[in-house]
Amino acid sequence: MNYQEKYTENQILEFLSEIPDPEIPVITITELGIVRNVELTDKKVIITITPTYTGCPAMKLFEDEIIKKLHEKGINTIEIKLVYSPAWTTNWMTNKAKEKLTAYGIAPPISGTQDKGVLFSSGVKKVICPRCKSQNTILKSQFGSTACKAFYQCNDCLEPFDYFKCI
Amino acid sequence: MTAKEALLNYCLRLGDSSLILGQRMSEWCSNGPILEEDIAMTNIALDLFGQARTMLTYAGEIEEKGKTEDDFAYKRNEREFYNSLLSERPNGHFGDTIARNFLQSAYFFHLYTTLSSSKDDMISAHAVKSLKEVTYHLRHSAEWLVRLGDGTAESHEKVQISLDDLWEFTGDLFEMNEVDELLIKEGIAVDLNEIKKEWIKTVDQVLERATLKKPENGYMQTGRLNAIHSEYLGHLIAEMQFLPRAYPDAKW
Repeated sequence: MNYQEKYTENQILEFLSEIPDPEIPVITITELGIVRNVELTDKKVIITITPTYTGCPAMKLFEDEIIKKLHEKGINTIEIKLVYSPAWTTNWMTNKAKEKLTAYGIAPPISGTQDKGVLFSSGVKKVICPRCKSQNTILKSQFGSTACKAFYQCNDCLEPFDYFKCI
Repeated sequence: MTAKEALLNYCLRLGDSSLILGQRMSEWCSNGPILEEDIAMTNIALDLFGQARTMLTYAGEIEEKGKTEDDFAYKRNEREFYNSLLSERPNGHFGDTIARNFLQSAYFFHLYTTLSSSKDDMISAHAVKSLKEVTYHLRHSAEWLVRLGDGTAESHEKVQISLDDLWEFTGDLFEMNEVDELLIKEGIAVDLNEIKKEWIKTVDQVLERATLKKPENGYMQTGRLNAIHSEYLGHLIAEMQFLPRAYPDAKW
């Protein structure tokens, strides 16, 4: 099959945007921003992805899901490339994905607020409670339920919640 | 020594320190003093394993003998590991772990900052990526060091002892040999004397805030460059390698 003639890169991207993030099923892998490139050759489809965190346990799953999805669409020869540069940052995530995260109960990353101070963060970052929208929240732990999240609590509604941290 | 051999060794050093510290951190799984810390420490372990995977996979590509990251992690003996002596120190109590992680994370932080402009594309990409993660690790251990050092009389005394005991293994972090010399000329590796200056600044800054005393520079135990380790590494890798050694064809 000649993939170049049969599909466009946008079509492939649309197929990929049917794949939910295995940890946060309300957003798709394209909204998360881990799909870097789609290349069509006459013999195969090459998908380039990048990890959010180097140790992200979902990476293997991403690969398996991409292959599964493309098989469903009749594409059988697939190559998946892993690249590290440019490094993924939370800025790769789409705004739509950030809205979906909030609706799901995860505070989205606040762009441009990565703690550059390295040591003893000043805590100027206002993370908004996804439940009651209060700004009166407190960091409980820099490390949350997955590598990409920190753990916060709202001082008003008292609900604990995940914050998708900025990297 | 060829440039290829030097690069292979350099990647093993980078990968091994992450791997061994990651294994140590994973030993805290279900043993953390509080739930949040249990999660934090195992998250750090995961980051470190991710960093190790990148470098050990790259080592396999450089060597061109078909070895995978798993071959490097599970099929080498202790005299073939190039991790820092600091990374293999036992977890001890929580203060021991925090002091060790602080000293090692501050080192990683400055190392990756500088390696971000390495002329080797894979190493620079790895450094940029890892820097984002170790920044969190450094902050985690530094904040705890302040809490413990500037905490109660007991926590202060305990963590000061942790620091004093670990200090003799910090000299090893900055040792260099012909591998470094060769790769520095190529613009791939960094001069660890420069890293040391930055590392000391970070250590001084945090210890002052933690009301802890920087230990005197006395005898320094070294061995990393020649894969000579303390008695602890053998026990660590025995546990880490048991499954793939006992069931070589196991798939998971």
